[in-house]
This record gives sequence, structure tokens and C-alpha cells, in this order.
Amino acid sequence: MSTDDVKISAYAHPERLVTTQWLAEQIEAGHVGGPDGIALLESDEDVLLYATGHIPGALKIDWHVDLNDPVSRDYVDGAGFARVMGERGIRRDTTVVIYGDKSNWWAAYALWVFSLFGHDDVRLLDGGRAKWIAEGREVTRDVPTPTSVDYPVAERDDAPIRAFKDDVLAHLGKPLVDVRSPGEFSGELLHMPDYPQEGAMRGGHIPGAKSVPWARAAQEDGSFKSREDLEAIYLTEQGLEPTDDVVAYCRIGERSSHTWFVLTHLLGFESVRNYDGSWTEWGNAVRVPIER
Amino acid sequence: MTSPDRANDTPLPSSLAEIADDFRSASNDLKLALLLEFSDELPALPERYAGHLDQLERVDECQSPLFLTVEVDEGASLEQRDVHLFFDAPPEAPTTRGFAGILHEGLDGLSAAEVLAVPDDAPMRFGLAEAVSPLRLRGMVAMLSRIKRQVRAKTVA
Repeated sequence: MSTDDVKISAYAHPERLVTTQWLAEQIEAGHVGGPDGIALLESDEDVLLYATGHIPGALKIDWHVDLNDPVSRDYVDGAGFARVMGERGIRRDTTVVIYGDKSNWWAAYALWVFSLFGHDDVRLLDGGRAKWIAEGREVTRDVPTPTSVDYPVAERDDAPIRAFKDDVLAHLGKPLVDVRSPGEFSGELLHMPDYPQEGAMRGGHIPGAKSVPWARAAQEDGSFKSREDLEAIYLTEQGLEPTDDVVAYCRIGERSSHTWFVLTHLLGFESVRNYDGSWTEWGNAVRVPIER
Repeated sequence: MTSPDRANDTPLPSSLAEIADDFRSASNDLKLALLLEFSDELPALPERYAGHLDQLERVDECQSPLFLTVEVDEGASLEQRDVHLFFDAPPEAPTTRGFAGILHEGLDGLSAAEVLAVPDDAPMRFGLAEAVSPLRLRGMVAMLSRIKRQVRAKTVA
């Protein structure tokens, strides 16, 4: 086993993560794409990045355009999700591998949304787009043309992994993880550095939240830290327990999807919810408690 | 600020209007392909700016860092002074580069008077909101307002 394989096998749910080497072998063997193959999806912050070159066989999924409801601040409904999946040739039992830019932020976000709809076998490519490219592996501008299939309309089940503002109010006193930058946590910044368009009226954090910036879970090359290193941060340093009821949040729910993935799939926490309203809701809401 | 019902009365300069027409008549997929062309074709910085990003203005509203600067030729009036635009954004930020490419193609070489007359809502007239999301478009709005502000600052007597 390679060192990457050893690292992954130590996680609580190793089946949720694949290595660049594994993916390259699957592509080589012709197992990616096609009616019975693995579906490979790229989910980026930049809507054009996929078009500049992507992993052979990958299809694009965009969180703004494909996964968000165009009017209400919510995700697509079951019919919308079925359309997104069906037109990419994905069946309910298809293995889906997602990767993206920015250490897989947006890939983790897409994976979390897929989980809301109960798509069973969905995995991340460890290290995402950056690691694949850094390793000098092939990229292409060829866009596959999958044959559409019928994906069943699955009811979106928010409760187990998604928290709304009222859920968070009821959760106060129990573990909360704020994954934003230290400046946003302290209230000094009303937005993420470089992203002022997604600001809030008030700065600070939800009372009792622990500050664990999401990037602490990632290594230089964009891949996840080892289980041991992650446990040192979330268990030893922050005092969280895998049996805790945890809510993670950031600014719009994308960075906290990354932490949700770490706690749920890499460390095996049983009950982690992502509060996607996050600071753009909490920091703009009237009369909610704020700590600075 | 121009009120929304008056905004459409202010025409785009013809160079920008042509680009807007191309985008508006395209399907969403084609819009992205066009935007990628603008990204690919964004001119690199000339030697006098390359490696001197401190001489450029940073546009923080873009999702990825973008730097821009404006030069205005000498001339007797705003109509006779041509504007030149310079942008820098990394290849990992093709959307931001694409927005810069549109503004470069549509505004570079126009007179200061023409650039200052470009309506602030011009970026909303490309039919891009559906293809790239309104949130991402704010970056182009910010670029345009910085360009106009620099032209104004560089043309005051």
C-alpha cells in the first residue's frame, strides 16, 4: 500500500475518499464515465475553471447554477436534483467522485448536498484539482457527452446533517465549530478576506463557538491531514468527542462543509450538522445573541 | 446611482454593446465559452507593470485577486483623451479574467468622456447572471466602478 492508501485506511469511513493514483488507474482501465462507470464531477468556486482543463471524463457541477434554487435561498428540490443527476448519466447507485479547487471546499459542499438527497456512494478525490495538476497528471478540455438517465426524485432530508437558525438557537450551549478566519471570528472582519461582497451587518461569532479555521484540516497540497493529526486538533485541543452533537458554520456553508466532511467521515462523529445559513444569516439576523 | 428604470436609457458604447449582444443572444453554454475566450485573450501586462503589482489597484470585490490600472493620454478635452486599461489576474481565476477581458475589449481605446458615460449597470446587460450567478457578477461591477474612478481622478485638472 502506498502512504496515501495507509493514510486513508485509518479514517473512520475510508470509502469516502479516493487517491489521485486510484482515480488515474480507474480512468486508465476505462471505468470512469459511461452507463455503468464511475461518475467524476468537478465542483469549483470559479465557474469557468472546469472549461480551462479538467480531469479526463469529468463533468462539471456548479453549486450556484446547479445546486442552488434560483430564487429562494435554498438548495434545489428533489425534482431539480434528479434533473442535475439524470442529465449527467448518474443513477441512484452510481459511484460519484467529486473534486474541485481550493482544497475541495466546493467539492465538499457538493458532496454534502448530495448527502441531503441520500445519494449513497459519493466520495472526494483527496487533494482535489490542485494535487492532480501538481502531480503532472493529464487534463483535457474535452467535455464528455453522457446519455441522460432517469434519476429518481428523492425527498431531501435536511434534518440529520443540516441546521437552520432555529436549530442553532436551540443548540446553544452544545458544541459549535466556527471554521472562518480568526479575523471573522473575533468580529474584526465582517467578511472573509478578499470576499467583501458576502458581508454581514454584525461581526463576531455564535456564543460558545470554538474557532477552528477549516484550512487547519488540510495539508499544503490540498489533501486532508492524517487521522492522528486531525484528532490532535479536534479531540485533544478542542475537546470534542465523536459522540457530541456538533454544529459547524462559516459564512455561507461551503467551508463548513469541508469541516463537516472531516468530522463525519474522517473522524467518525455521529451527529454533525452544517449550518449553511452561517454568518451571512446570523450576522444579519435581528436579536440573535453574538459573542465577540 | 442611476435608477433602474432610467438605466436602460443610457446606451453602451458601441464596442461594448456588440459584446453584450453576442452574449445576450447566446445559450448559457455558449456564454461560458465566450467568457473563456475573453479570459484566454486577456492581454498580459506590459513590461512597465509586470512584476509591479503595487502600481496597480487591487479589486477586492472579485472572488479571486484582480489588479487593474488605467492610463489616460494627454489631450485638450475628455473627448480627445484616450483611455488604456491594464489588468492582471491569475489563470486559476478564469471568470475574473473573462470579466476583465470584456472590459478591455469593450473600453480600451475609448475616450475618457466615453468611458465615464458607461452606465454603472453595464455588467448586468450581458445576460450573464443566469450563466455565472448574480453574486459572481459583482466582481465586474466593481472593476467598472474602479476604472471610472481612476479615469475621473486622472483627468481632473
